[in-house]
Amino acid sequence: MAEPTLAGPAVLRRSPLAHLEERLRAATVTGDRGVSLAEWPYITMVSVRAEPGSQAAARIEKALAADLPRVCGETTTAGPHTVLWLGPDEWLVVSQAEHPCLTAELAQALGGDPGSVVDVSANRTTLELSGPAAREVLEKGCALDLHPRAFGPGNAVATQVGPVPVILWQTDEAPSYRLFPRSSFADYLARWLLDAADEYARPEVTGEYARPEVT
Amino acid sequence: MLLINCPWCGPRDETEYHYGGQAHVPYPGNPADLDDRQWAEYVFYRDNTKGPFAERWMHGTGCRRWFNVLRDTVTNEVLASYRLDEARPEPQQAAAQAGGPR
Repeated sequence: MAEPTLAGPAVLRRSPLAHLEERLRAATVTGDRGVSLAEWPYITMVSVRAEPGSQAAARIEKALAADLPRVCGETTTAGPHTVLWLGPDEWLVVSQAEHPCLTAELAQALGGDPGSVVDVSANRTTLELSGPAAREVLEKGCALDLHPRAFGPGNAVATQVGPVPVILWQTDEAPSYRLFPRSSFADYLARWLLDAADEYARPEVTGEYARPEVT
Repeated sequence: MLLINCPWCGPRDETEYHYGGQAHVPYPGNPADLDDRQWAEYVFYRDNTKGPFAERWMHGTGCRRWFNVLRDTVTNEVLASYRLDEARPEPQQAAAQAGGPR
C-alpha cells in the first residue's frame, strides 16, 4: 500500500544550483589568494514598492523595524531583515524569517495605499563569493568601482557581472559578496564565477606575463 | 562605450541602459483631431540634430527608471542627464556641469 506523502513543498523543492553544489565546494581556494563560492538557497525575498516618505512607507518601516534606504547602494539591517535599495520607490527585503508571515505583515502595513508587497523568493537565488581574491574575481566582469574607497560592507547595487544582471551586496570586509542572479541565469553565473576563480587555485603568474601593479 | 550618469544610481556603463529615442516629444493635445499626416509626424518623424540632442534612456539593469540625457551627436559626449520632471539644461550650462569636453 502506498504511504501517504507527508513531504510538503519545502522538502520537494530544488534550488537552481543544486546540481553544481559539489563543483562549487570543490572550487574553494584557501590562503592569501583564497576564494570560495557557495549557494545559499531559499532565502526569503520580498519586493516592496511604496511612495518614499508616505504614511504607508512609515508603516512598512515600523513593521520591519528598519528604515527604507533612500540612496542607491545603501542597505539597512534590523534583526533577520535587510532592506536593499533597488529604485527610488522600490526595495528588496532579504530575510532569514519565514516568508509567509513577513509578506503578510508587510502587506498589512501597506494596507490599501498605492504600492505593492510581493514574495519574490523564487525569483532569485543567492551566491556567496568570499575570500581575499573575491574582489579580483568580480572585477573581471563588473564595471563598477569595487575598491573599498567606493564600495564597502553594507553596500548593495543592481548591476551586471559578466553579461548577467545581478544584485551585488557586500556583507563584510573579508570581502564577502552576495550575488542575487535570477534563477534561470544562476547556472551561467555560477559557471562564469568558477571559471573566473580558477586561476587562484594555481601559483600566481610572475615575470613578464604578470598583470601590471595598479597603485 | 558611453559612461552615462543615471540621476538615481550614478555613472554606469552604456550596456546597463536601453535607448528610448528623442525626448520631449509631446503627445498630441487632441488626438482625435489629427489627420494621417499629423499622426505620421507624431509617430515617426524625429529631429536629426547635429550637436546637443535630448534623448530618453532607461536604466534597465539598475533602478529601471526612465530619464533624459543630453548628448552631443558630433562628439558622442554625454553633456548632462536629468530626471523627467526636470527641465532640459542649456548645452553651455550642461557642458560646465560635466566638466567641459574631455
